[in-house]
Amino acid sequence: MTAEPSDAIGLGRPLAAAADDDAAGPARAAAGEFVRTRLQSTPALVLGSIAVGVLFLLGWQFLPPAIGLPGYIVPVLSDTMRELVRMAEQERLLMHTLSTASVALIGFVLGSLLGAAVGYLLGMSSTLEKIFSPYILGLQIAPKVAFAPLFIVWFGYNAMPKLVVTVLVVFFPILVNVLQAMKTIDRDLVNLARAYSMSRWQIFWKIEVPSSMPSLMAGLRIGATLAVIGVTVGELVGGNTGLGYLIAFGEGQANTAMVFDAILVLTAIGIVLYAVVAFIEARVLHYIPRARR
Amino acid sequence: MQSTASVLEVEAVTKRFGAAGGAGDLTAIERVSFSVGPGEFVAVVGPSGCGKSTILNLVAGLDAPSEGRVLLHRREVTGPDPSVGFMLQKDLLLPWRTIVRNVEFGLEATPMAAAERRARALRELQRCRLTDFAASYPYQLSGGMRQRAALARTLAIEPSIVLLDEPFSALDAQTKLILQESFAKTIAEAQITTVLITHDLMEAVAMSDRILVMSERPGRIVEEIAVDLPGRDDPMARITAPRARDYVDHLFASLHLQEKAA
Repeated sequence: MTAEPSDAIGLGRPLAAAADDDAAGPARAAAGEFVRTRLQSTPALVLGSIAVGVLFLLGWQFLPPAIGLPGYIVPVLSDTMRELVRMAEQERLLMHTLSTASVALIGFVLGSLLGAAVGYLLGMSSTLEKIFSPYILGLQIAPKVAFAPLFIVWFGYNAMPKLVVTVLVVFFPILVNVLQAMKTIDRDLVNLARAYSMSRWQIFWKIEVPSSMPSLMAGLRIGATLAVIGVTVGELVGGNTGLGYLIAFGEGQANTAMVFDAILVLTAIGIVLYAVVAFIEARVLHYIPRARR
Repeated sequence: MQSTASVLEVEAVTKRFGAAGGAGDLTAIERVSFSVGPGEFVAVVGPSGCGKSTILNLVAGLDAPSEGRVLLHRREVTGPDPSVGFMLQKDLLLPWRTIVRNVEFGLEATPMAAAERRARALRELQRCRLTDFAASYPYQLSGGMRQRAALARTLAIEPSIVLLDEPFSALDAQTKLILQESFAKTIAEAQITTVLITHDLMEAVAMSDRILVMSERPGRIVEEIAVDLPGRDDPMARITAPRARDYVDHLFASLHLQEKAA
């Protein structure tokens, strides 16, 4: 019918396929080339990134006065940095930072452990999963941070409410990721383990847990960023410690620079937490080629 | 044909999926009987969807027959049996384990000292010519090497029978030939009883002592062909024998491929 065009494709294909299948040789060469071009362009990219950062800082310093924005609306860079030093000296910034960071860390760890534990439990029992999944979906959609005022009513003005909010916001993405991973595990791998007469427990530890690691790690990365949000909301709503409290306090005094600084430090905490998770992930998932640096 | 010392006997086995007579009822295989003697290499060929893999799952004890019995060493199969090794088209290597740890995997269900496990795994890797890659991860190996590692894992448990389900079908043509040669040699050396499920008629002729031809679903055994050719341990040489072509032609006719293509 369409003899000529299909023939042309038919002739072309074996050649292309042969080239593709020629072991890993060409693929590796291509990868090498890719790495080389990346290395060549990397300094330029880094310079580009730095340039954007410098431009932003210059804009922050000189643009607001130029367009007539007063310091209590947008404090310029130098004022913000001066305020940061003052906060360190007079507002016990270090104590507030450590408080927020430790609650974020503890909440993140507890939320992750709980989320992973429940995820694996539901993943192992389809009965439990079917019973609980509508509620999990509902709770997942509910804005967890909105519970913060409730927790203050229940637990009082102490570290408990913000810790509970943090645990709660971290819990769900990790639960959902682990559960999803457990549901999509390669049945053939499980059958292989069964054929070797492995127990349910052995299948869990030797197949299911390692298989779910990439998803768990992705969940942890999401959780690391959410932990900072959880603790901040908890501190904004009540209490007298932490960077969230400093934001509320600064706002009350129309000290915008203080708010800016608290946000900066919060971001730094988030970045550190995220970097730690990314570091652990690179270690744990070292067997996945693209996770290699 | 029925050897008294059969390693594997499949007796009038029928396997249905879904409720009998209900909606979605599907008979995968029907009254299938055959036996495999010690050291024998039997190939099962047939059209896709004829229940070849169902037979494998029944022998491996991953599934139970609806009717009939499967006997291994004259004992009925009721669940997974550690004396059965099986291998699929996918190598099923665990990506987070090194090759040697992958080979050890099957031994971890048995009470065996770690040192002995390691020694056994290294011995199998040597047999499959992968010693240099013991510490590599699966992604660092080519497809053919990964299949060889899977064979090493399968042989490490010292199975009395090995079930191969299309182990070469995901490989390119050249790797496939090389790997068939390598597998044939290893299996012949180890004198392991083997059942190979394949849709590649040439492969069946090149590698086996006996070929079982199955019909379309519901799968039944329609023909049994003894391959009377020398050199089972050297498929590449064997396939070039003039009479090999006759066997392939015969299988071709037996499966009515000509009519189907028309």
